[in-house]
Amino acid sequence: MATKTPTFFGYPRPDGTFGARNHVGIIPSVTCAGDVAQAICRQVAGTVCYLHHQGCCLLPPDLERVTDTLISLGKSPNVGAALIVALGCEGTDHERMYEELAQTGKPVRKIAIQELGGTAPAIARGVEEARELVLAISGQQRVETGIENIIMSIKCGASDTTSGMASNCVIGRVADRLVDLGATVVFGETTEFIGGEDLLAQRAVSSEVAQRIYEIVDAMETRAKSVGCDMRRGQPTPGNIAGGLSSIEEKSLGAIVKSGTRPIQGVLDYPETAFGKKGLWIKDTPGREPEILTGMAATGAQFMCFSTGRGAPQGFPSMPVIKICGNPHTYRRMTGDMDVDAGRIIEGTASIDEVADETFAHILCVLSGELTKNEAIGYTSSIDIHCLGPVI
Amino acid sequence: MTQADQHPIALKVADNDNVATIFADGIVAGTLVQVRDRTGSGPLITARGEIPYGHKIALLDIPAGADIVKYGKRIGVASRAITCGDYVHVHNLDSMRGRGDLEQKE
Repeated sequence: MATKTPTFFGYPRPDGTFGARNHVGIIPSVTCAGDVAQAICRQVAGTVCYLHHQGCCLLPPDLERVTDTLISLGKSPNVGAALIVALGCEGTDHERMYEELAQTGKPVRKIAIQELGGTAPAIARGVEEARELVLAISGQQRVETGIENIIMSIKCGASDTTSGMASNCVIGRVADRLVDLGATVVFGETTEFIGGEDLLAQRAVSSEVAQRIYEIVDAMETRAKSVGCDMRRGQPTPGNIAGGLSSIEEKSLGAIVKSGTRPIQGVLDYPETAFGKKGLWIKDTPGREPEILTGMAATGAQFMCFSTGRGAPQGFPSMPVIKICGNPHTYRRMTGDMDVDAGRIIEGTASIDEVADETFAHILCVLSGELTKNEAIGYTSSIDIHCLGPVI
Repeated sequence: MTQADQHPIALKVADNDNVATIFADGIVAGTLVQVRDRTGSGPLITARGEIPYGHKIALLDIPAGADIVKYGKRIGVASRAITCGDYVHVHNLDSMRGRGDLEQKE
């Protein structure tokens, strides 16, 4: 009997992407619009708020970066409609946000707090707009679609030595399988390439891509060194060190295992989407959760596979995060936060392939609507935009 | 179960690694640890001190300044002489990357 080609059920978007969720995204154009955006979100079912802390008093390249990142978050397949909440005097370009999001064909609205006469009238108006958007998209139906429409993001956090020997190995197998089936896979955490960059550069599809990998690692390491101290405790973190990771090199060599073995097609800038880009890609991000989860959601990833050893509970407003736990003790202690038990590999009761098969099946369920543990417990606020320059 | 199966296991990832990672509790000076490489075999090594779950044991004597190797790659250098069976961690392994402190001294 022929094996059925794996599929999932997603929300078809006008731009050809398929969402695993059907949220109305409330997008504050600047941190100063955050309270209004959050109040709207609390009032209206079916909305998620991108409560970030950037968007003003940044150098111009960072203002562009924040504008572009917020646009990309609105373009996420998991977002069916968007409400932009502007203040009116911010450094980001909320007009461009509106125009570019409207081009996706999704319903988009915009309000501005100063223009509407302040916080209370802006909340009242925003609640009306958001309510209409939710009603406009809430009847949309999922349709069956192929693996080639998957964008998976991957990350490891609160790592220990089990991560590189169990949970990251599982994600690596899943990444290879998705790439072979025509999907898109994106990994990041440039800090955690330090010491393992040669292994990544060897997998680059061209010398230009290899060169770019060395450049982003050098830029990240140079920024870290500019403070004039040993980066240990910043990376690896005290938790990593307590978990047995002795150096950034050891952490990196374990971390890159999760990228699997397939060729690396290129490096995406932080705000960039991966729509139409097949195969395995790098996104240039730091390792900390709020900034990488935001960068990965901006990629257009419908979900994230997140490996942990010590027990990372984080989630994102619009992107389900599947936790794959390599440490059997942590899995038993934090079962309510952990989706997949890869600690069985360490204990010798399951193989990497067996856990990878389970994870792959679970991914298709999550893409089709099954909640992840982080969604069920409501831990969804790990969001912030990574900027390169100072706040001024 | 044979006697040998009951020793705590230390996993060695690559052939040229000079450390292995222990996934067992209760390792103290004198505990016999069974090293297991990709083929499933390896020597018995006597731990020379307490080693926590998930931490590393030296498989060889490593002179001060020599590379410490895991995954077949350098994860740091020995900041002092390490003896086979020693606990290897931040007290005797120095990272060579992201060392802004070293650059300032140059």
